[in-house]
Amino acid sequence: MKILVCISNVPDTTSKITFSNDNTIFNTTGVQFIVNPYDEIALSKAIALTEGGKGSITVINVGEATTEPTIRKALATGADNAVRVNAFPRDSWFVAKQIAHFADGKDFDLILLGRESIDYNGNQVASLVGELLNIPSISIAKKIDITENTAIVEREIEGGKEIINVSLPIIVGTAEGVAEPRIPNMRGIMSARTKPLEVVEPIDVPLLVKVVQYEIPPSRGAVTLVDASSPEKLVELLHTQARVI
Amino acid sequence: MSVLVFVENIEGKFKKSAFEVVSYAKTIANTLNQKLTAISIGDVSDTALESLGKYGANKILNVNSEKLKSFINQAYASIITQAAKQEEATIIVLSNSFSGKGLAPRIAAKMEAGLADGAVGLPEINENNFRIKKTAFSGKAFALTELTSVIKVIALNPNSFELRDEITTPEITTFEADLHSQDFNTIVKEIVRTTDKISLPDAEIVVSGGRGLKGPENWGIIEDLANALGAATACSKPVSDAGWRPHEEHVGQTGIAVSPNLYIAIGISGAIQHLAGVSSSKTIVVINKDPEAPFFKVADYGIVGDAFEIVPKITSAIKALKES
Repeated sequence: MKILVCISNVPDTTSKITFSNDNTIFNTTGVQFIVNPYDEIALSKAIALTEGGKGSITVINVGEATTEPTIRKALATGADNAVRVNAFPRDSWFVAKQIAHFADGKDFDLILLGRESIDYNGNQVASLVGELLNIPSISIAKKIDITENTAIVEREIEGGKEIINVSLPIIVGTAEGVAEPRIPNMRGIMSARTKPLEVVEPIDVPLLVKVVQYEIPPSRGAVTLVDASSPEKLVELLHTQARVI
Repeated sequence: MSVLVFVENIEGKFKKSAFEVVSYAKTIANTLNQKLTAISIGDVSDTALESLGKYGANKILNVNSEKLKSFINQAYASIITQAAKQEEATIIVLSNSFSGKGLAPRIAAKMEAGLADGAVGLPEINENNFRIKKTAFSGKAFALTELTSVIKVIALNPNSFELRDEITTPEITTFEADLHSQDFNTIVKEIVRTTDKISLPDAEIVVSGGRGLKGPENWGIIEDLANALGAATACSKPVSDAGWRPHEEHVGQTGIAVSPNLYIAIGISGAIQHLAGVSSSKTIVVINKDPEAPFFKVADYGIVGDAFEIVPKITSAIKALKES
């Protein structure tokens, strides 16, 4: 099985998010970047599916040279080769166009990526690439089983799950629970240095959306503490003051 | 020109999030002095369709088909795109639900439209630009996004828009879309619904438990409180990682982001990743025995104390309030 895993380079989950230049630019000073945690799930699933010589894994990242440590980490975890599209990942549409352009005609059986990136939370790329390549997309999968040419995918829905039967090729956005997380071992780290990492130039994509300004959610006022001996007071406040119950 | 809104049904019924998108789209249509067309796909009764008139739908396109009763992403995207063309819609609105998240980008790609997903408010519209606020950085920030394309797609977060009544008598017409076999590549084999539970992403009240509850056997107090409030249950990441609760209950940066009216956190310290997923909640209540728990800094109300003693008392007080 030939698998493409799309990874994105995102701020570590513990990062405090700040902006500069009148809240127009994400401030990366002091921010540690990691493989998007949902993409790690996708990669872990790809490794589980191809283990024992049952296929190959290519990872693709749209990013500038600074993302290479993240790509090497994916190679160390178990991908066979990598491609970096040499461009700032401007928006989901731009990224999806690059991925679709790369994947077109390469006969990947399965394209996996995280359900969303934890920075811009688009949850768009799986569906966009699916549309561009004219293949089915499942944007939030909780479980993926593949037998030969068919996949059975569990998709999250409000208040339950939906079980879908679909023929390959497909693109799937992975959520927690799809695979046991893999971490690089020493052999992986050593071999990652010599695994191929190809750099390709981006294609032109018209601009459809742009972020004008960021905003930090307003901070709440001081907490109103209720004494532990009279919890019914809390219920009263929620009813009469906050009016939420 | 018009505004088109896709109204999602669950087993033939519309939920609050469906009315929210209609009301939201109507407000935009009014601003632009345009008509609002709603499109429904599946098997929905005329009575249910007429209920969309309460929030201002002028026209309803009904695609009533047994084949389309369950969600088929490619077919739905084709239908909505064809409807948008017929109606000369330049703005397409849908809910940022699980299905909406898969659908919106496919529609946007078909129409080369800019997409604002996870929108949390009405667009600012003037002659030169169309800007909309959406969530970013998993709830740690918002991004004011400008859609520069002619056609615009908006996926509205549940619980982000207050319903506005605007009574209309919508004209209901059948819509026949041109579909191909490749639109039906996916087959829904089975739908499993946890009917006894309230769906987390669009719940108005969420009761959430953390490691402070010490083990899955103690979840009864969370469930009792949730039942008394008609709330959904949720948990923190360590709890779902430990297998105490299913992954779909995990709220936070790598789980589900929620924006209920009331979020009650019990025995959750409030790691930055968890706070990101709940920051859009309107009111936050924290119950924790550690007065230094970071969650208190972002809470509206708090009780410092033992959850096992406090929570059952709150549950009784709520039951008493509901009965009075």
